[in-house]
Amino acid sequence: MIRVLGAVVLALTAAVSTAAAQKFQPAVIFDMGGKFDKSFNEAAYNGAERFKKETGIDYLEFEVTQEAQREQAMQRMARRGADIIVVLGFQNGTPLQKVAAEYPNSKFTIIDAVVDLPNVQSVIFKEHEGSFLVGMAAALVSKTGKVGFVGGMDIPLIRNFAFGYEQGIKYVNPKAELFVNMTGTTPAAWNDPAKGAELAISQFDRGADVVYAAAGGTGIGVLQAAKDKGKFSIGVDSNQNYLHPGSVLTSMLKRVDVAVYNAFKDARAGTWKPGRLDLGLAEDGVGYALDEHNRSVLTPDIVAKLEAARADIIAGRLVVKDYYSTQK
Amino acid sequence: MGCASRLPAWVELALLPALNLAIAALIAGLVVVLIGEDPLEAVGLLVYGAFGYGEAIGYTLFYTTNFLFTGLAVALAFHAGHFNIGGEGQAYLGGLGATLVALHWGQLPSPISIPLAVAGAALFGGAWAFVPGWLYARRGSHVVITTIMMNFVAAALMTYLVVNVLIKPGQQIPETDIFAPTVWVPPLAPLSASLGLDLGRAPVNHSLFLALVCCLAFWAFVWRSRFGYELRVVGKSEAAAIYAGIAPGRVTIVAMTLSGALAGLLAVNEILGSQHRLVLGFTGGYGFVGIAVALMGRNHPVGIVLAALLFGALYQGGSELAFDMPEISRDMVVVIQGLVILFAGALEHLFRAPLENLVSRLQVAR
Repeated sequence: MIRVLGAVVLALTAAVSTAAAQKFQPAVIFDMGGKFDKSFNEAAYNGAERFKKETGIDYLEFEVTQEAQREQAMQRMARRGADIIVVLGFQNGTPLQKVAAEYPNSKFTIIDAVVDLPNVQSVIFKEHEGSFLVGMAAALVSKTGKVGFVGGMDIPLIRNFAFGYEQGIKYVNPKAELFVNMTGTTPAAWNDPAKGAELAISQFDRGADVVYAAAGGTGIGVLQAAKDKGKFSIGVDSNQNYLHPGSVLTSMLKRVDVAVYNAFKDARAGTWKPGRLDLGLAEDGVGYALDEHNRSVLTPDIVAKLEAARADIIAGRLVVKDYYSTQK
Repeated sequence: MGCASRLPAWVELALLPALNLAIAALIAGLVVVLIGEDPLEAVGLLVYGAFGYGEAIGYTLFYTTNFLFTGLAVALAFHAGHFNIGGEGQAYLGGLGATLVALHWGQLPSPISIPLAVAGAALFGGAWAFVPGWLYARRGSHVVITTIMMNFVAAALMTYLVVNVLIKPGQQIPETDIFAPTVWVPPLAPLSASLGLDLGRAPVNHSLFLALVCCLAFWAFVWRSRFGYELRVVGKSEAAAIYAGIAPGRVTIVAMTLSGALAGLLAVNEILGSQHRLVLGFTGGYGFVGIAVALMGRNHPVGIVLAALLFGALYQGGSELAFDMPEISRDMVVVIQGLVILFAGALEHLFRAPLENLVSRLQVAR
């Protein structure tokens, strides 16, 4: 009798586990910017879509519009039995702290924040390292010795972009002058191309000839203004070189797409691990874009210098400080 | 508002809003058909998502509480003849008031710390609206212009404070430390569970009662107090008010300050009741939707309760709809909500003239 029961239990668990293997269910929760923001969230969307294309497995998704929806969305995904839930954006950090503790059997991956729980993987990008390299590139092509930075909302994350950028500029030309402008103080600052263009133009008028946009959709206006004025711009997050070939000097890549894709893939393969992942130059989590659209302006001479600095940073010979370490 | 109507009360208060809602629902349904989804199924999901189970009801009531505060705030200014579109900024500053109290005196026992934090929210929200009130009364600056400009000032101030001053040290997330649990407004879930309704993990909390008390106080204040009378006179005609010996400037300042205080109380629900920390952008547009709530509720507390419940249901049901029907994105949900605002608020007089014609013709025929 006991043996029969045991066999039934075994068969049942086997059936359940194969069913679970067939029905692998990933989920992604986008932040307020929305999944088509041409930047951070869209990169995540591309990563999820790549996974879908390769495996044929569809994913659950939700776009947050209210603060109160953050916890709500995470709970719903967990209750639906999602095997891996990727949560985007630093503002989800505290809500996830609560929800992940309540659903210890669900796996979560959060991007841009650290949640220290046994079922959470925290992915942090070293934006300052990638920004350091594009800062070097800016200083190397600048003829006036003046360069600009247009940020989105004035938050620590964006200050970290500016901080690394400044170090890269000063590394090449200690006398270079940097103009920093933030677009605004509300989330609308992520999607205001007209104001981005105005800020870029004011920086060009002050003598800048390269402007780095770390501002989501607002950056589109910065890139356009640089094109119109015959100056250089630097894109962000996704590769934006193709937008204005020859005017976009390069793009600071932040591989959110790879992070999302890997989280899905690893969770499916059973190799997903909780803990903190710091993705910098060494991990190819950040970098600069070089393709047929900017090869004419990012000359081999510049690339050689960037690669040398890149190798030095990876080897630890050159240290790029992050903004957060200056705040403690 | 509340102009002398030639319509019977039941037409004015029930039929007209119902007609406006029906036409909004019809057009929203057409939009849903256009993107290739079943509108009836969408309505079903929306209603189920808003009222179908305990936790949904909890979320609906949570949003309703927000709309009650901002709706009352707009309505109070309306009665004094002013269009306060600065609820967003006043609520934001209310969050600052609540946070400063919660961070400094949050460890005090709840019966002391919570009322103090509530007072902080009302005080800061009121102070933020006092400025436009004073500017109008003493300098003649138009309230619509000054209140909306104060929204931007509030956003700039709050971002500066949260990013540079109040931020929890050693982290990159722009938010304050979690408040001491003593200052958290307790959730409704335990209470409702004892009554047999499981609200799950919904953030609805005792702020709902505070909002309902505000509704009662609003009614007593506007229609049963001497000051409320002065307020309504100023709202109807400043010249008449001056002739009657009422000082419109003083009334405007007090009305705007109270209006801002009501908006500031939104922070009690959001910050003390749900987030338990100050986050950027917690006001989430509730201040603006409050205008629609007040318009739809005809600036009367009973109407505002109903309108707030409707918008609460649209917010909660809408998010569930986006969850279950991926074709209906969050932008679609905004379109549906916008149509309701358009027909119930902006075009509220669309059916008034035809209905008045109809009623007078019927009366003549009789």
